[in-house]
Amino acid sequence: MRVTVRLFARLRDIAGAAELAREVAPGSTIGTIWQQLARDFPELARYERSISSALNADYARMDRAVSDGDEVAFLPPVSGG
Amino acid sequence: MEPLIAAVSDRGRLTGSDGAVAVFLGLVRNHNLGRVVDYLEYEAYEPLALRTFERIASEVGERWPGVRLALHHRTGRIDIGGVSVAIATASPHRADAFSSCRYVIERVKQIAPIWKREFFEGGDVWIEGATADPDNEGARAEAERLACV
Repeated sequence: MRVTVRLFARLRDIAGAAELAREVAPGSTIGTIWQQLARDFPELARYERSISSALNADYARMDRAVSDGDEVAFLPPVSGG
Repeated sequence: MEPLIAAVSDRGRLTGSDGAVAVFLGLVRNHNLGRVVDYLEYEAYEPLALRTFERIASEVGERWPGVRLALHHRTGRIDIGGVSVAIATASPHRADAFSSCRYVIERVKQIAPIWKREFFEGGDVWIEGATADPDNEGARAEAERLACV
C-alpha cells in the first residue's frame, strides 16, 4: 500500500523533500515507516527520540497502524512563537 | 493589530460582561544566543497547527471558563521587529485575561507544529525547542504554572 510522508524543517532538509510517496507493507505502523526512512537517510536517525508523529494531520503515536492513502508526518522539536 | 482585535470583537465574542482584553505579540528580535539575527523564516504543518490551536482553546475553556481567545501565527519570512504570533484573550476580569494569554503562548511553544529558521550573520539554523506531545500532562501543568504566577 501507498502512503504519503510529510517532513518538516530540518527533517525536510535532510531528506531533500517535503513530501515522499512510500510503498509500505500491510500492517505497517508509523514507527516502521520511520525506520525505513532512517535507513534511507541515516542523518534522520539521531531524531528518533525527539520527533513527534502525526497521522492524517492529527498527532499519533509511533505504534499506530497506517492504511493505504494515509498521510504520515514526522515533526522535529517545535519552535513556534 | 487590527485584524486580531477584529477577530475578538467582530465575531461577537466580546460581550457586555467582558471587562478585560489581554494581548500578547511575539516579535522577531535582532539577537539570539550571541548571534546577530537578520530575519526568521517560519514553517508550519498548517492543518495540524489549526487543530492544535483549537485544542489549546479548548484547554483554556476548561481552565478559565469565562475566557474567549483569538490566536494567529504567521509563516514565511519575518524581518526584525515583525510580529510572528498574536494572542488576545477576553474575560470579565483582568487576572484571567492575563493568565490565559500567557498560558496560550506557552502551549503554542510546546505543541504547535511550527518551526523557525534563523538567518544570522554567517549562516542559518533551524531552531529546535520542545518535542511536541499534546498528551504530556507535565508540560501542560508547567504552562499552567507559568501562567498563574
